[in-house]
Order: sequence, then C-alpha cells, then structure tokens
Amino acid sequence: MLKLFRNRKFREALFQAAVVSGAAVLIIAMIVNARATLDAQGMTSGYGFLQRTTGWDFSFSVLPYTISDTYSRTILIGILNTLLLGFLGIFFATIIGTIIGLVRTSKNYVFSFIGTVYVETFRNVPLILQALFWYSIVSNLPKPRAALSLGDTVFLTGRGLYFPGINIYGLAVAIIAILFIAWMVMLPTFKRMMDKSSSYHQFKLAGWIVLGLAALVIAYASRIPDTPLVNMPALKGLNFKGGIRVTPELGALVIAISLYGGAYIGEVVRAGLMSVPRGQIEAGFVNGLSNYHIFSRIRFPLAIRAVLPSLTNQYVQLMKATTIGLVVGFSDFFMIISTSITQSGQTMELLSILMGGFLCINLSIAFVMNTINRKIAIKGQDSRS
Amino acid sequence: MNTANLVSPPVKPSFLDKVKTNLFGNLLDASVSIIGIILLAWLVYNIVDWMFVSSIWSAEDEPLCREAGGACWSVIDARHRIIFFGLFPYEEHWRSTLACVVMIATIVASCFPWFWSGLKLSVLWISGFGTFYILMHGGIFGLSVITPERWGGLALTIFIFAAVSIIGMPLSVVLALGRRSKLPVIARMFGLFIDFFRSLPLLTILFTAAVITPFVLPGWLLGDKLYRVIAGFAIFFACYQAENIRAGLQAIPAGQDEAGLTLGLKYWHRVNRIQLPQAFRNSLPAIVNQFVITFKETSIVTIVGFFEILASGAAAYGTGKWTVHYIEVYVFIGLIYFMFVFSLSRYGAYLEKKLRVGHG
Repeated sequence: MLKLFRNRKFREALFQAAVVSGAAVLIIAMIVNARATLDAQGMTSGYGFLQRTTGWDFSFSVLPYTISDTYSRTILIGILNTLLLGFLGIFFATIIGTIIGLVRTSKNYVFSFIGTVYVETFRNVPLILQALFWYSIVSNLPKPRAALSLGDTVFLTGRGLYFPGINIYGLAVAIIAILFIAWMVMLPTFKRMMDKSSSYHQFKLAGWIVLGLAALVIAYASRIPDTPLVNMPALKGLNFKGGIRVTPELGALVIAISLYGGAYIGEVVRAGLMSVPRGQIEAGFVNGLSNYHIFSRIRFPLAIRAVLPSLTNQYVQLMKATTIGLVVGFSDFFMIISTSITQSGQTMELLSILMGGFLCINLSIAFVMNTINRKIAIKGQDSRS
Repeated sequence: MNTANLVSPPVKPSFLDKVKTNLFGNLLDASVSIIGIILLAWLVYNIVDWMFVSSIWSAEDEPLCREAGGACWSVIDARHRIIFFGLFPYEEHWRSTLACVVMIATIVASCFPWFWSGLKLSVLWISGFGTFYILMHGGIFGLSVITPERWGGLALTIFIFAAVSIIGMPLSVVLALGRRSKLPVIARMFGLFIDFFRSLPLLTILFTAAVITPFVLPGWLLGDKLYRVIAGFAIFFACYQAENIRAGLQAIPAGQDEAGLTLGLKYWHRVNRIQLPQAFRNSLPAIVNQFVITFKETSIVTIVGFFEILASGAAAYGTGKWTVHYIEVYVFIGLIYFMFVFSLSRYGAYLEKKLRVGHG
C-alpha cells in the first residue's frame, strides 16, 4: 500500500479524484440546499411556468404584446430587445470607431489630438454613468407639442424620436431581404462568370436598379390594406401617433453604447491601421497609386484582417454591456428575467435561461466573426510570416 | 581645403517648423487643419464658457442659474456631502474622508516598483485595507460602529474596488496556476470555471450573488449582501485577471522552468521564484488595465441596490430645486471617475513603454 503512495502517477490520480469529488459534493450540496429552501417556500421547480401568463407590463417591445402573454413569449421579447439594442449599438459603434481610428492615425496633429480627446473622454467614464447622462438629457427634451422637427417628417421629443415608417407586413420585408441577400451572395459568382470587368460593372448596376424597383413594387402591392405606403408620424392630442418611435430608453442606450464602444473600437482600428507594414504602403507609392487607392486597396483591407479577432472581442463585450439597460428601465433580456424572478419566484430556472441565452448570443457572434475571419484571411499568410 | 564643397549637416527641424510642415504643408493639409482648429476652438470655448465663465459656484446663488446659462455648480456646493459620503452620519464624515485618503495612498504606493514583491504588497494592502475598514466600520479605538448599510458615496466605491482587488488578486494567481496545471483534470476544471464566468455579463453575476445565493448557500454561510456581491465581483475579476497572468506565464521560455527543475527546485519554489515574477513582468500592462476596467465597473453595483457614488449622485439631484441640475451632477461624477481611471490608465501606458524599452 505504501509502495502505491510512492508512485507519482497514483498520487496525482488520487489528488485529481479528490478535487473532482470535492467540487461535485459542493455542487450537490448547493442543489440540495436550494431544493430544500424552495420546498420550504412551497415552490414547484421545473419549466412549466413558462406557459403561464405574466400579468405585468414592461416598457419596450419589438413585437406586439399584451400583459396576458406567457412567460416564454415575454422572455423571447426580452431577447429580441437585447439583440436590437446590441446590434444598433454595435453598428453605430463600428462606424464611430472606424472614423475615430482614422482620425487618430491621421498625420495631421490637430485631428489626431481630437481623436485622442474623444477616446480618453468616453473610455474613462463608466458606461452606466454615460447611459444615465444621455437618458436624463433625452428624456428632458421638449414635450411633443414643442417637438423639434426636421422638415415635419422626423420629430424629436422627450417622449422619443419619431420618424416615418412603412405600412407593410413582416412577410414582405422578409421576401425583400431574402432577394437582396441572394443577390449579394450571387455577385461573386457572376463576377467569375463574366471575364470582362466593364460588362460586369454594367450588369451589377442594372441588377441593383431592377432589385430596388422590385422591392418597391412588392412593398406597395403587399402593404396593409387601406393605408398609405408611408406612415407619417403626426401630433394627435398630447402625443405623436404613427410612424416609428424610438423610445428615450432605447435612444439613450444606443447613444451611450455607440459612443463608448466607438472609443474602444477606435483603438482597435488604430492598432490595425498601425500594424500594416510600411513596406506595403511604400510599395503602393512606388507603383504610383493615389493616396485614396493606397488606403482603400492596401491599408484598409490589411488592417481589417488584423483587427477582426479583437473586434470580435469588443462586440461580445458590447453585447454583454447591454445588460445595463436596466438602469434606465429598458426592458432587455436581463430586466425581463429579473422581473420574472421577482414575480414568479422561479429563480433557478430563469437564471439558467439567462445564462444559456447569453452563452448562445456570444457564441453566435464569435462564430459569425470567426467565419468572416477565416473567409477573408489572406491565403498562405501563415507560411509567409 | 576647399570649403565650398562642404555641406553643413542637416539641421534638425525645430518644433515650430515641424508643426508648420505638418499642418500647413500644402493647400489640402492647410484647409483640413483650419477646419480642425476651428472645431477644436469652438469645443474648448463652449466647454470653458459653460464650466468656468458663465457658471454659478455657490449654493446661495442657485436662483441666478437660469439667467447665467452656464453650469450651476451650486448643486455640488450644496449636495457634495451626499455624493461623497452617502448616508454616512454627518459628524463622522472625517472618518470616511480619512479612509478614502488612506486607500488612495495605498493604491498610489503600490504603483512604485519599490513595493513590487509579494510580501511588501501584501503588507501594504492588508494594512491599508485594514485601516480603511476600521475607520469606516469603527467599533474599536472609541469609534462608533457604522454598519455597511450606511456606507455610501465615493467611500463605498473605493471600498468595493479595494476589496475586489485584495480578494481577486490572490485568487487569480490560483486560477491561472490551476489552468496551467500539468494534471489534465485540474486544468480542465479550472479552464471551465474561468470560461464560464468570463462568458457572463458582470451584472448577472452580481445579481446572482445578491439575490440567488440565499437559496443555494446555507444560512450560516450568508454574509451581508454587500460581502456576497463583493465575493461575486472578486470571482469575476479573478477570472479575467487569471487570463492575463496565464498569458504572462505562457510567454516565459520553457528553459526557465527547466533550469529550475535541473537545480532540483520544488514546484512552489519554481512558481514563486521563477514563474510568477516573470509572468507579472510580462503582463503588467494588461493587469493594470484590468484594474482600470474594474474601477469603472464598480458603478454597476448601483443596479443591485448599493448607494455608491452613482446612486448617491442621483440622490443629490433628486429633490426639490436641484432636479433640473442633473447635468452638473453627472459631469461632476464623471470627472471624479475620470481622474481615477485616467491616471491609472496613463500609469499603465507608462509601464508598457518602460517595460518595452527594457526588453529592447
């Protein structure tokens, strides 16, 4: 027996077994304890409550909803709200970040200084403080009667931003979207089929025009009966009716996340632009390319490839950052789950949904970005560097 | 010798010349620069005007704010005690102030390389944190007891940050070493643990710690809600910091550890004397950066119901005539955060530069 203990392999195996069983005991003890507590409170565990109606209201939804909706539908709305906020935030943060990255790498002292000030200001103040700041500004905008308007089509008020919408069904939107995506996916194939680039360019232009017209026709033909195609917001009584409304909560969060994320993405883009080897740019000069072409054909494409992994990281971070929506009362995934927990008491189940949901969202972002990364990676770069 | 053929050495362009060629080298550059300068001047003018020129500074002058058109710092003058101290008893504010000063001094001291050894840092932080806690909590040396529920404002923010650091740092070393363990099961387990916590938003972890742990932990293990939240935060922090340390560990050439092995050093000696010192050196900028992020993230505890500086700021402008002055309060709190975070991040950038030079 003692001999066995002198065996290094055996000791290691024993140690690992002990650690694993220790962890297992800990987890089981927690579950048992949770069960006991829940039983004592007369709670039934399991996911059956998802079919019950909620009976409570929340502030924002991308889908129509009533307070008699089930928990499962409410949670779905929460996820969609989070996705909407996340994608809007990521979209604008990417645009701002690209501009800031360019400005910061600019040779002009004044512009690189402005870029630095931007990054240092927005990066060094907590996102949640920025969200509260923008929310208090947005919700203190003038009342609907004194709305700031842009050509009587877009209205900015303390109750939100109103702009014209289109009266069509979701199905028509889906069909149009599929048409456009199919066209864009097919483009490279067309390009390969046509060897002369001038005829390809003409073909591409014609394709876009035909597609645009088709989209208009589909939209017009399938609009909701007896309504004009464009749905204009108009002041009715104390508030605006019609059009699309961006609530102050969503608006403030999108502003905060875009500005904050823009500062971080700006740094990522800057690092990418700086990582392009000087020789590549000089080669462009030698070949007589213009500044614009050096940027669009050499610096930018190379920089994009360099930044994608850290950009993925930033996107995941921003997606996680949407949870602070709670602080201004935006009904995102986290807020819906926490309200559900206080209302239904199904703590464990709802928490597992929350964690599973975030895991799925973040893994999907990572998957999409990694796929793009693999697609655009320069072939054979590994062997060269 | 014919001096006519001698060319004088190139003169290093003066700063002014450099600026001139950089900003006004050609027509395009010049016009772009002028647009930039106008934009910058406009920004600076407006900010200076709002903050200093047209602003009102004292609490009694609040009625003048409407006409002045600038910042109304009266709200800060009148309510700064709430922002800094929250619900801390008025006559004990000096304790809270002193505690903050001690903790800030501790943080600043640990930025000096003289303190960079495990022993010195532990002594520094334990004594600094201990002093902070005694000053805030009281109960000995004739100080009256003030329980954590009444802590608030800047002091609470600093307390959470310090507590998370002091628990999280040792934990992160353990996690990083665990993940790098040669024993496969241990390495997997630690890896799973770290990745799980890193995939979740901090808010969900804090929420779990505040609301859910009462279900899973037996009553005798449940501390105050504040301590549970700090524990959750510390685990989250440690998981991120562990990855930074792991990156530092991986950058060490294998020969270093092997040299230790040939000399017959035991595992703990190799870790303590060879691996960790080099790992910390390698990833010091990333580690400092994680502290920067953590300081900003302390603001999230306001959502789970703590009266830290953000919540106390909301309370400061929440009543009576002050409700219209929310911008001033947020700008003020923003400046406080900025001071801490900016100086820490500049320090990180300085370290990065210094260490890079050292490596050549």
